[in-house]
Amino acid sequence: MARVVVNVPAEAKRGEVIEIRTLAGHPMETGFRRTQLGELIPRDIIRSLVCTYNGVEVFRADFHPAMAANPLLTFTTVAAESGTLEFRWTGDNGFSATQTAAIKVL
Amino acid sequence: MITRRGFLLLGLVATGARAQLPANIEAIRKAALEEAVRKVVGTAQVRPGRVKLDVPPLIDNGNTVPLSVEVQSPMTAADHVKAIHVFTEKNPQPYVLSAYLGPRSGRARITTRARIADTGVVTAIAQMSDGSFWSDSVKVIVTLSACLEEGLI
Repeated sequence: MARVVVNVPAEAKRGEVIEIRTLAGHPMETGFRRTQLGELIPRDIIRSLVCTYNGVEVFRADFHPAMAANPLLTFTTVAAESGTLEFRWTGDNGFSATQTAAIKVL
Repeated sequence: MITRRGFLLLGLVATGARAQLPANIEAIRKAALEEAVRKVVGTAQVRPGRVKLDVPPLIDNGNTVPLSVEVQSPMTAADHVKAIHVFTEKNPQPYVLSAYLGPRSGRARITTRARIADTGVVTAIAQMSDGSFWSDSVKVIVTLSACLEEGLI
């Protein structure tokens, strides 16, 4: 299981724009590098990140090989109601990781 | 004693030996970038403005380049940023990231880290809900390239 980290504020005012930071541990192998023997290392990257807020998709991103290893992404969303945010990363070779974070809206 | 002619000849040889890259690598990369942008934009016009791409102008290590994109937009249901796309000019594949936003994003701002292969231009394109495209480009200098194995110029 891959190590993923998300940073969501625990509390927010209703209507406030909150910043979400996400980080996934992944080498993001580009498919352009070679081993010392000259063999091409096959591509192995995370393809997408989807963020849902109480089941509604609020943010989505497609990654490409030009993303740095351990892809970091920060974005914003409006704190609408208390609930959970779910983050799902999917990638090559059946990679999949999920993480949830609870938020309390005052 | 190297004559001027000899020096020029040396230069020619060096250029040939530079790498086993296709001779028209720059044209190929430019075409790849244009094709990638076309795929996103279609036939629409991309105008400069409204987008602020923040990349350090001098990059020590091209393997992790922090970059952030901010788009001026009220982010309402009627007028918001639909997507932000980031491209680099000199990478073997120009596409870095596409982020899809909506009115629930509140603000059109993303931060990430990219690999940049060589000194060149980084471009961010924002797709608005009204179908218009806006862009910002920054020229960056890379001292240590990402994907060195590709034998970049």
